[in-house]
Amino acid sequence: MALRDWPIKQKMTAILVLISGLVLLLTSAAFAGYQYWYLRQATRDALSVRGRIIAANSTASLAFSNVADARELLSALRADRHIVAAVLYDKGGNVFAAYPAGVAGDVVPALPGPDGYRFEGGRLIGFQPVEEAGSQRLGTLYLASDLEAIYDTFRLSGVIGLAVMAVALLAAYLVSRVLQGTISQPILALAETAQVVSTRQDYSVRAPKLGEDELGALTDAFNQMLGRIEDQNRALRASQDELQRYANELEQRVEARTHELQERHEALRRNAAELLAANSELDAFAYSVSHDLRAPLRSIDGFSQVLLEDYATKLDESGQDSLRRVRAASQRMGILIDDLLKLARVTRAEMRTEPVDLSDMARDIVNEIQRTAPERQVACAIAPGLTAEGDARLLRVVLDNLLRNSWKYTAKQPEPRVEFGSVEANGGRAFMVRDNGAGFDMKYADKLFGVFQRLHSAADFEGTGVGLATVRRIINRHGGRIWAEGAVGQGATFYFTL
Amino acid sequence: MNPGKILLVEDNPDDVALTLRALKSHNITNDVVVAPDGAQALDYLFGTDGGKHAPELPAVVLLDLKLPKVNGMEVLQRIRSEESTRLLPVVILTSSDEERDVIEGYSLGANSYVRKPVDFVEFTQAAKQLGLYWLLMNRAPPPPRRP
Repeated sequence: MALRDWPIKQKMTAILVLISGLVLLLTSAAFAGYQYWYLRQATRDALSVRGRIIAANSTASLAFSNVADARELLSALRADRHIVAAVLYDKGGNVFAAYPAGVAGDVVPALPGPDGYRFEGGRLIGFQPVEEAGSQRLGTLYLASDLEAIYDTFRLSGVIGLAVMAVALLAAYLVSRVLQGTISQPILALAETAQVVSTRQDYSVRAPKLGEDELGALTDAFNQMLGRIEDQNRALRASQDELQRYANELEQRVEARTHELQERHEALRRNAAELLAANSELDAFAYSVSHDLRAPLRSIDGFSQVLLEDYATKLDESGQDSLRRVRAASQRMGILIDDLLKLARVTRAEMRTEPVDLSDMARDIVNEIQRTAPERQVACAIAPGLTAEGDARLLRVVLDNLLRNSWKYTAKQPEPRVEFGSVEANGGRAFMVRDNGAGFDMKYADKLFGVFQRLHSAADFEGTGVGLATVRRIINRHGGRIWAEGAVGQGATFYFTL
Repeated sequence: MNPGKILLVEDNPDDVALTLRALKSHNITNDVVVAPDGAQALDYLFGTDGGKHAPELPAVVLLDLKLPKVNGMEVLQRIRSEESTRLLPVVILTSSDEERDVIEGYSLGANSYVRKPVDFVEFTQAAKQLGLYWLLMNRAPPPPRRP
């Protein structure tokens, strides 16, 4: 496991112990270095003192070449177990006396080296001049000491040092175990709180504050953050509840509205069914009228004519006139029945909406009227390019009625004029059929479109009073509106929208 | 030239009288056989009145639509479905101006559709023209081969 993944407690303990260990190690190393240097100095000084003493004492032996004396003197070095060898050289550099007796040649140099004490070959060696007071050199003393004294001391120091270090590290470990808690505990508490928050989604918990240091500030900040989250959470939950309430309310309203709509739909469906039934009844009625009502009329007219043809001689002028009136009335009733059937058909007919060129249609109708009444000269103005969406057949009935009306009511006008065009009305487009014919009194404008309503006598202008009612019904079926403007003797204008 | 008979299928006696008068007034002297309802018309055409005689087919059938028992459309359907009368000229002569009657009549194979005018003068004209056209001008289909 990498150091950064260690638990914080162990990490801190390890860091503290490592630092302590490092400090101890550096201190020990410095101390050991100093001790080593000091021991070497001290050992060398001690050996040189000893060398000077022996050299001073051996002047007589050398001066008098008394070897036994010299050996005696050297053997006193026995007291120092570190002395490996001691040799006296005479003036000529020959070995005069040696300690211990018979010492091997590899320890004793054959000739004296330069004066002075130095470490060499794992030993401390020294060449001490042997001189008389008169400064005449008598020989050289050689001393060789092993370095066990230094090593012994050093070893002892090492053992003591290690023991101290162990104790110190143990103490450091124990102390750090205790002290790291002051840092790690608040962190661990924070971590534990964060854990609880994240696993239980519980924002009401708070991390315990264990001091006023930066960790305390961090804990405070963390707790404040939790508090804010808790507040926001509460607000969020409140608005969620409110939303849920709205949603429920909305759902209820939608349900109520749906129910209402369903009821309305059901009512509409019933109405439609009723209408359908009524329509089919009307259908059957119209069919009967078409077949059955006309048959008796034909008999009345037919047999009146038979009377006129076969019994003309037996009837006076008045009787013949009566029969002619009977015939005229029955024929007129035939036309009325036909017009009524047309009106019923307009109501029943299925609508097929398509684009219709009204200008084209108007031109066509005017040409047709002109053909059937070539003796009349009527000025016709038809605006080009007027189109609309609607049922072509029904719209043709509209234009046919309006244009024929204009044609009819301009019959007594010296310069008759009929016009088809469009105008702007109530923010939309309205189509218009205008003439300069007999016109009408605006007082009766609302009666124009009623069934069998006529503003002129049959003697002035013939008609059944069904045409404009039919026109209005068609316009209504297209969702449009129709109205008229006029004045007696000044013509009439019919407007309609689709 | 034997222009053949006219079969007038008409339930209204007034209409029968007026039609006969109109035809006569224009010297259309052919025999006019009147069938007052659809059933009798079919009996006449297919000889089902005992099956004794296989009748001579008329030159034209003037067929009203609204008839008791078997109505005009059914009669027409029957005429067109039988091998012997398949080609027989049939003119619908009716009061009805209903578009659906016109469409149905032609769909079932009527040769012509004439609406009876209320005005007797016009009616007489129509009867005359019908008689002249179907009895004199029109080339009748060949009689069916009998097995």
